[in-house]
Amino acid sequence: MTSIAMAADTSVGRRKWPVHIVVFLAPAFLVYTVFSIYPLIDTIWLSLYTTDDTGQAHFIGLGNFVTLLTDPVWSKPFWNALRNNLVFFAIHMVVQTSIGLALAALLSLPRLKGAAVYRTLLFMPTMLSVVIIGFVWQLILSPLWGISRSFLATFGLGALFAPWLGQEGTALITVSLISVWQFVGIPMILIYAALINIPDDLIDAATVDGAPPFYVFWAIRLPLVYPTLGVVSILTFVGNFNAFDLIYAMKGAQAGPNYATDILGTFFYRTFFGYQLQTGNPTMGAAVATMMLFIILVGVLFYLFGVQRKLQHHLA
Amino acid sequence: MTMRDVTRFSRTGALAATALALVTLMGSVAHADTTLTIESWRNDDADIWNKQILPAFMAKHPDIKVTFKGYPPTEYNAALNTELAGGTAADIITCRPFDASLDLYKKGHLVNLNDVPSLKNFSNVAKAAWQTDDGKDTFCMPMASVIHGFIYNKKIFDELGLSVPKTTAEFHAVLDKIKKDGKYTPIALGTADQWEAATMGFQNIGPDYWKGEDGRKALIAGKEKFTDKPYVDVFKELATWGPYMGDGYQAQKYADTQNLFSLGRAAIYPAGSWDIPLFEQSKDLSFDAFPPVQPDGTDKCYISDHVDIGMGINAKSKHADAAKTFIDWVGSAEFAGLYANALPGFFPLTQEPVEIKDKVAQTFVGWRKNCESTIRNSYQILNRGTPNLENELWAVSANVLNGTQTPEAAAKQLQDGLDTWYKPAK
Repeated sequence: MTSIAMAADTSVGRRKWPVHIVVFLAPAFLVYTVFSIYPLIDTIWLSLYTTDDTGQAHFIGLGNFVTLLTDPVWSKPFWNALRNNLVFFAIHMVVQTSIGLALAALLSLPRLKGAAVYRTLLFMPTMLSVVIIGFVWQLILSPLWGISRSFLATFGLGALFAPWLGQEGTALITVSLISVWQFVGIPMILIYAALINIPDDLIDAATVDGAPPFYVFWAIRLPLVYPTLGVVSILTFVGNFNAFDLIYAMKGAQAGPNYATDILGTFFYRTFFGYQLQTGNPTMGAAVATMMLFIILVGVLFYLFGVQRKLQHHLA
Repeated sequence: MTMRDVTRFSRTGALAATALALVTLMGSVAHADTTLTIESWRNDDADIWNKQILPAFMAKHPDIKVTFKGYPPTEYNAALNTELAGGTAADIITCRPFDASLDLYKKGHLVNLNDVPSLKNFSNVAKAAWQTDDGKDTFCMPMASVIHGFIYNKKIFDELGLSVPKTTAEFHAVLDKIKKDGKYTPIALGTADQWEAATMGFQNIGPDYWKGEDGRKALIAGKEKFTDKPYVDVFKELATWGPYMGDGYQAQKYADTQNLFSLGRAAIYPAGSWDIPLFEQSKDLSFDAFPPVQPDGTDKCYISDHVDIGMGINAKSKHADAAKTFIDWVGSAEFAGLYANALPGFFPLTQEPVEIKDKVAQTFVGWRKNCESTIRNSYQILNRGTPNLENELWAVSANVLNGTQTPEAAAKQLQDGLDTWYKPAK
């Protein structure tokens, strides 16, 4: 109370150092410094070291990065993980965003009954633990106990069944689609919120002018949610390139078959912590983590300067 | 409450607190209780440790309390390394054999155990898994080995009139008969988790091909390569298993495989002896075991009798003396008897006589009489570099069983990976 009163007092006279700004910023600044900025810098710092047999650390500059990108022992799994990660992201962008958009458009229909129920049900998987999701989907798709084979068979499509999670060609797509199923609620809710915020007069005016409903959607509502689609894209991008848990829960840290589901997160885990008899290599792991940070940074900067500015410009 | 009551109340409180503090103080002086914690990847066995094994130790040493903390096997090493780095690891550490633990010792995380008396109960072969390369320092007490072979469903064998196969040709004849009958899955094995392909497949039947220890040592010496005939032949044999492994085995996990055999839906289970306690739990299942089938034209038999599990002391433990007392007991015949019978399928490594009561476990351990023992060839020395040989072996064995890689290509991938960092002494 007193500090506010004092602030009001001084603002009349000469301006003092704005203590309150520091006070208000301090909690967030401290929390971010301790839990985000410091670990980030420490990780980058660690990636410049290497350890010998006795666990002694030596500074080697960018040596870990050179090894990671040029030595086939490291670069092959790294590029493989990056490629898989891009596929993982592409499937999310195409499938998750379009289904999310379609669901949001349906939910925002003015005369839809039970919208709240659908909304809750569709958002539900997002709140479940990945361990449960992984377990349930593995059971559903299991060639031994799963229902998917008999389900397909009831439509005469039994021959289409395959052990999707176990085949090199299909495992990554299957895991991606399961992840889409889990997280589709997030783009749906964000786009839905944007859609219901569109002023009714815009749509009314278009309708009065004789625009059919689909045209209203394509020409008026969709352009107005572009900024939200941008946010959804960047959230998906960051989320996908940090993904780890679902693949670890379903395929283990060795992300089989034959590393077909290995993404940067699982590659990092194996490198940093080790797996089974492979001993962990924290300095190399830190180099992988730094590469992940770099990739995400490039993507986010591209979005901020390449996409977001144009979007705002367009709307203004 | 009046003022006087408050005063009296607080006075009583203070008195009680003082008394309590005194009692605690005296208690700690009188008992000097030490609590040791064991850390292990055998989370399946936590009950047996806490209810059967540890009480026996604590009865003898009332001043030492021991508790058991288990992790899932695949998460153990990562958790342990993180805890060791952060200084929060338990007093007693369960040791993986060879390079994984040697690495811990070299980094100063494990205590030297050379002065623990019960270490004399073990042969050099048993100790080798937890010694420095020169054999001078031992850092973990050997506990048990596991043996590979095939467990089979006796009911199914009786029903189809099958006899236990001894050679690869007989094995295939049996598999064909089971497949033709169509009621049961011939081989219970999946490749989704990958490690079974390497452990229950490659390391199970392999020793007969590469002649046990001879082949294993030749690989380390650089006299043999994975691209040599014996190793390619193992992969060739594995490549024939796919059609017998049941629909969709590519997505079948370890637990699925165990269930498939427990429920009596599969005839033959390529096994590790550690599966015995699990199968004993299903009452309708009657099962026995046969040793790895011998390739045609061989007369001598070899088994993978793999030193698998030991225990060491965390160098940062605050109770080093109590920990040594415990480790000494782990090396005793009493412990070996308790452990081997509480967990049939883990075979004691001690040279003291230990009686094993479980019938199937007896079958497994009986093979030691006629066959030469060896350990898994991917564990000693060959496992120190990048790419990690054992993990590579998982991937390629699963590929061969899945039919996505030829035996020759699998062998070449292993040797190429090894060649990038391993230069055997000439």
